[in-house]
Amino acid sequence: MHFLKLILRNTLRHKLRSGLTVLGIIVAIVAFGLLRTVVDAWYSGAEGSSDTRLITRNAISLVFPLPIKYQERIRKIEGVTAITHASWFGGVYVSEKNFFPQFAIDAKTYFDVYPEFLIPPAEINAFLIDRKGCVVGRKLADTYGFEIGDTVPLRGTIYPGTWRFTVRAIYDGAEAKTDISQFFFHWDYLNETRKKATARKTSRKTDWVGVYAINISESNRAAEISNKVDAMFRNSLAETRTETEKAFQLSFVAMTEAIVVAIRIVSFVVILILLAVMANTMAMTARERIGEYATLKALGFSHHFLAGLIYGESMAIAFVGAIIGILLTFPVTDKFSEQVGTLFPVFGVSLETIYMQAIAAFSVGITAAVFPAYRVAQISIVEGLRSIG
Amino acid sequence: MESISNPIVHIKHLTKSYRRGGQIVSVLTDISLDIPSGEFIALMGPSGSGKTTLLNLIAGIDKPDSGTLKVGGIDIATLSEGELADWRAANIGFIFQFYNLMPVLTAFENIELPLLLTQLSHKKRQEHVELALSMVGLSERMEHYPSELSGGEQQRVAIARAFITDPVILVADEPTGDLDRVSAGEILAILKRLNSEMEKTIIMVTHDPYAAKTAHLIRHLEKGELDVTD
Ligand SMILES: Nc1ncnc2c1ncn2[C@@H]1O[C@H](COP(=O)(O)OP(=O)(O)O)[C@@H](O)[C@H]1O
Ligand SMILES: [Mg+2]
Repeated sequence: MHFLKLILRNTLRHKLRSGLTVLGIIVAIVAFGLLRTVVDAWYSGAEGSSDTRLITRNAISLVFPLPIKYQERIRKIEGVTAITHASWFGGVYVSEKNFFPQFAIDAKTYFDVYPEFLIPPAEINAFLIDRKGCVVGRKLADTYGFEIGDTVPLRGTIYPGTWRFTVRAIYDGAEAKTDISQFFFHWDYLNETRKKATARKTSRKTDWVGVYAINISESNRAAEISNKVDAMFRNSLAETRTETEKAFQLSFVAMTEAIVVAIRIVSFVVILILLAVMANTMAMTARERIGEYATLKALGFSHHFLAGLIYGESMAIAFVGAIIGILLTFPVTDKFSEQVGTLFPVFGVSLETIYMQAIAAFSVGITAAVFPAYRVAQISIVEGLRSIG
Repeated sequence: MESISNPIVHIKHLTKSYRRGGQIVSVLTDISLDIPSGEFIALMGPSGSGKTTLLNLIAGIDKPDSGTLKVGGIDIATLSEGELADWRAANIGFIFQFYNLMPVLTAFENIELPLLLTQLSHKKRQEHVELALSMVGLSERMEHYPSELSGGEQQRVAIARAFITDPVILVADEPTGDLDRVSAGEILAILKRLNSEMEKTIIMVTHDPYAAKTAHLIRHLEKGELDVTD
């Protein structure tokens, strides 16, 4: 009771100093949480991937396509339960900064392979019968205000011209980690339009797709079935490389790994700076009160009691800062997410991040008190008392 | 050298030196002193003569280099840090020149502080503190913080804190050194009552002859040695 009262009153003794230290903790905890959330978002594609889904792409590079006729051959492989395909469109909606992924898909099969995209049956039917229809994710719809029936113009960068699509369906995610910022339209429409163009000018291939997505019966057969697929097309014009969706997504992240590592390092540097600030506050505090601590020792209080006062004060400051910091992380990440739009399909503070924030604040609170508590335990009463007067 | 049977403080050939820089400075060269129980003794002497050092040794917050130091029959130099802390809490009441009150605690809470080291219940502690407050005439000011009290009042709070646990010995290092004459007179009157009515042994360091007169016995310390005077 008295012990807590002493801690509380000591903490409130220098309101400005304690206040600024708490502010420092809040800023550091929010920054730490935001940076970790960015890193999580980076990996969200891989997190949200299914382990019974394989991706087959051109063995040379993702930028090279695969023939459409592979679809029927892969479908016949034992263990393959469904197959669909998707092709990167790379269009620009109004301005370059409005980034979201667009895929030309096999409309009839795509949503069987990706059951986590939830669409009302009426909307999916409307999409299937409209060659120029498109399906947009809920987040995309919210960000740009797309509604059923709206026309969305995309300026092609790979495929020239302005392409106009009509929103026929909006999909939701089955889980929080499902990417709901994608845009899908009919591959048939893209392919036929290309055919007409090439008929006039020649060159530029048609009947090609970007990747195949394959559902398999059991996740532990992923390696075996991947090998079967790739063996089937070995020594053909377009050799394939098949891997799990997770491995496929991670290969994207790997390209930007250095940035992720840098962000991670910065998030820990922020905590180190916080530690320096806290340790300084606690050292200053303990130095000022050395006479009081010596008096308490003379009265018979143990150095455990004094250490308790110092740890308690440090923890109190860290606790208040951590609570406010963690609570502020939510609105701050929301605001950040709004600013970057659909760049990160999944952007949310994970439970793990909150734990990490709490652990970081707790460790800083403890560590900052170690040196002052040790010093107070070591200093002789006589020396401490001499500092008064 | 008077020989008293069963002195509360028994000191013989006590020496104490400090290391300052690379040099060893001898502070107390050969101190022998017996203080009978219930005595009120004043230690006088010029600044730097070692008065505080001697008081600190008796109070068990510093350790001698050599010689005998027995307080209440216990050779306190042999006690461990923890044992010494418990011993001080039970046997010694401290009064300092600058009061050394906790600025974040009220007068009441400051006086209550040493009782937190005892087994007393909250209610018992409250009774003790209220009694102590009335004895030093500060019942009206118990909710005040040290910064809201005058120097004399703060020292009265400090005295109450010193005797709240009913220790055998009160040590006071220049208790009136920072006070005006009137406040000093009040402090000395309280100490005198504690000695005469509650039979506390009081060891007081002072360089004020007026304060020293309150004591029954005055000892002068000079260059690390004691002289008997008066
Ligand atoms: N912890 C210490 N370290 C070094 N020198 C000390 C220490 N304590 C006391 N001294 C020295 O010992 C001498 C006596 O000090 P002190 O006992 O405080 O004298 P007094 O109380 O009589 O003024 C002084 O010269 C002082 O500087
Ligand atoms: Mg002194």
